[in-house]
Amino acid sequence: MLYREAGDFKSTYAADQQTFPIRSERMLFWMAMAVAFIAMPLLLGAYPEGSTYWVKAILLPFLVWSMIALGLNILTGYCGQVSLGTGGFMAVGAFACYKLMTAFPDLNIVICIVLSGAVTAGVGVLFGLPSLRIKGFYLAVATLAAQFFLVWMFNKFAWFYNYSASGQITAPERTILGIAVTGPNSAPWATYLLALTLLFAFAWVARNLTRGRIGRSWMAMRDMDIAAEIMGVSPLQAKLSAFAVSSFYIGMGGAMFFSIYLGAAEVTEAFGIDKSFDALFMVIIGGLGSILGAFLGAGFIVLFPIFLTVVMRDGLGWPTATVEHFQIMIVGGLIIFLLIVEPHGLAQLWRLTKEKLRLWPFPY
Amino acid sequence: MSPEFLYFIETVINGLMSGVMYSLVALGFVLIFKASGIFNFAQGVMALFAALTLVGLQTGQVPFAHLINAIFGTEIHHFGWELPAAVAIAGTLVVMVAFAWIFEKLVLKHLVNQEPIILFMATIGLAYFLEGFGDLMWGSDVKTLNVGIPSGGSFWWEDVTKTWAAEGSDYFGMYIDVLDVYAAVIAVILVIALTAFSQYTRTGRALRAVADDHQAAQSVGISLRSIWVIVWSIAGFVALVAGIMWGSKSGVQFSLSLIALKALPVLILGGFTSIPGAIIGGLIIGVGEKLAELYIGPLVGGAIENWFAYVVALVFLLFRPQGLFGEKIIERV
Repeated sequence: MLYREAGDFKSTYAADQQTFPIRSERMLFWMAMAVAFIAMPLLLGAYPEGSTYWVKAILLPFLVWSMIALGLNILTGYCGQVSLGTGGFMAVGAFACYKLMTAFPDLNIVICIVLSGAVTAGVGVLFGLPSLRIKGFYLAVATLAAQFFLVWMFNKFAWFYNYSASGQITAPERTILGIAVTGPNSAPWATYLLALTLLFAFAWVARNLTRGRIGRSWMAMRDMDIAAEIMGVSPLQAKLSAFAVSSFYIGMGGAMFFSIYLGAAEVTEAFGIDKSFDALFMVIIGGLGSILGAFLGAGFIVLFPIFLTVVMRDGLGWPTATVEHFQIMIVGGLIIFLLIVEPHGLAQLWRLTKEKLRLWPFPY
Repeated sequence: MSPEFLYFIETVINGLMSGVMYSLVALGFVLIFKASGIFNFAQGVMALFAALTLVGLQTGQVPFAHLINAIFGTEIHHFGWELPAAVAIAGTLVVMVAFAWIFEKLVLKHLVNQEPIILFMATIGLAYFLEGFGDLMWGSDVKTLNVGIPSGGSFWWEDVTKTWAAEGSDYFGMYIDVLDVYAAVIAVILVIALTAFSQYTRTGRALRAVADDHQAAQSVGISLRSIWVIVWSIAGFVALVAGIMWGSKSGVQFSLSLIALKALPVLILGGFTSIPGAIIGGLIIGVGEKLAELYIGPLVGGAIENWFAYVVALVFLLFRPQGLFGEKIIERV
C-alpha cells in the first residue's frame, strides 16, 4: 500500500526533517520526476503540433508560476512579511534578463536568468528595508510602492527596453546545445525541459534553505518577532535575507515568464498589480509556509480558469465575459472559504490525507 | 497676480478636490478598522458594487441578465422602467446593509480572533468575489451614473479669476469642476454626521466602546456581532457615497475599485484610527500629487501621480509609522 509505515522510528534530527519520510513516497516522487523529465519531453517531441497548446497554456505557466509562488512563499509563508509587490519584482527580473540577453549575446540563457534573479534580489533588499520598522499591512502598502514605482520606471525610461518604439521587450533567440529555447523558433519540449530543470534545481535549494538555519530564523521571525530577537535571531539578517531570497526566486520567475513563456512583454500589461494578487492567492490557496503548497497553489490558479473555460464556455456555451466574472468570483470566494476552513491551504489537506491514510481502515 | 501663481492656486484647489474624493474612500477604511481591527481591502470594490447596483436599479436592469440569457437562451436585459434617483439610492442602501449582514454571518463570525493579516487577506478575497459578483449581476460595460448632481466647469469662477490676473497677461481663468465642489460639501456633511452619530447616539457610543476595547465592551453587554453588522453597513453607506461621486465623475467601471489602492497611502499618512486623519491625509495626498506632477513630473518624465502617494507614504512610515493622528503603536509581549 502507498503511504503506510509501521510506526514512528525516528531517532535523529536528520531523519525527522526528511522531506519524504516514507519509502513509497520517495518512490512515487522519483517516478513522477522520471515522467516529468523523460516521458513528457519525449511525448511533446513526438507530437509537435499538439504540444504547443499544452506547453504554452498549461505546462509553462505552471512551472513559471511555481517558481514565483516559491519565492513569495519564502517571504510571506516562511518569514511572515506580506508583499503586494510581486508583479514589480517580476518586472525587474524580466527587464534584467532582457538587458543581459541583448547586451551579452554570447551569455548562456541559464546564466542570464540566474543573474536577473540576483539583480532582483538587490532591488528586493532595497524595498525590504522598511520591513525593519513596520509590519503587517503597513508593509503591504510599502511593497505596493515598489509595485507602482517599478512598473512606472520600466515604462518611462526607454533605456530599459532598448528604445524600441512600442515599449515592448522581445526575447531574442538563444540556444542550449544548439537547440533554441527562447524566441519564435523554440521547440515546445525544449522550453518545457529548461523551465522544469530550473524549477527542480531551485525548489531543491528552497527546500533545503527553509529547513536549515536560515529558514528556521525566518520562521522564528514569522511566529513572534520579539521572542525571536530575544533568542538572538537578528531581525536585520532574517528579514533582509528573506527579501533577498524571495526576490531572487521571483526575479528568476519573471525572467522565465518573459523569456521562455511569453517571448515578448509590455510592462504595464504583463506585470501589473493583478500579477501580485495572483501570486498571493497561489500562496494562500496552496499553503503558507510549504514548498509543496507553492506547486499546488500555482497549479490551481493556472488550471482553474482553463477548467472553468472548458466547462462553461465550451461545455455550456456561455459567453466568455460571464465565465470570466464567474472565475473571479469563485477564486475570491474560495480564498475566504479556505482561510476559514483551512488556513494552511491545500498542502495541509494533503498532509491530513496522509495522516488519515496511515490509520486507514482502522482509525482509533 | 502673475499667471504662474494663479496656476499654482488652481493646482492646489484641484488637488484639494481630488483629495476629498480619496478621503471619502479612506473614511470607510477607518470606520471598519476602528470597530473591528480589520483592514478592509474591499472598500474600493464596495464603492464599485454600490455604484453598479445604483445604476442597475435606476435604469431598471435585470440582475444576472447575461447569466439568465446564457442558461435559458432568453433575450432579457431591462425591466423597462426607470426609478427616480432617491428611490434607487434607498434601494442600494438596502442592498449594502443586506451585504453587511450576510458577510458577518458567513465570514466574519468564523474569522474572529484570527491574526489581522489573515483577515486582511480575507478582504482581498472579498474584493475579488464582490468584483466578479457585481459584474455578473450588472454586466461589466462602462455605465454612466447621473443622480442629478451638476458637473462641468464653473464659468462664474473662471470669470472671477480672470480678473485677478495682471493686465495684459493671457490668462483665461481657473477651471474647477462643480461636481468636485459638491463632493467636498457632501464629504464635510458626511464627516459631521458620522461624528455626531458616534458622539450623541446610543449605537454610536457602543461603536466607540468596541473600538476602544473589545473585551470591555463585551463585558458591559454590547453585542460585538451586531456592532460589526452596523459598522459594515455604515462602511457600505460611505462606499455608496464615494461610488456616487466617483461614478458621476468618471463613469461606473472597473477602475473605480482601484481608488481603494489610492486610499492606502492616505490612511498611512492620516493614521488608521482617525477620521479627521483620513480627511487631512486625503487632502495632503491630493495636493501633493498634483503639485508633484506639476513641478517634479517634468524633471523625470511625468506620470508620477501613480506612485508619488505611495513613496510619500513609504517615507512617512519610516519616521512616523502611526501616521499623523493615529494612536501610537505599542507592542506588548
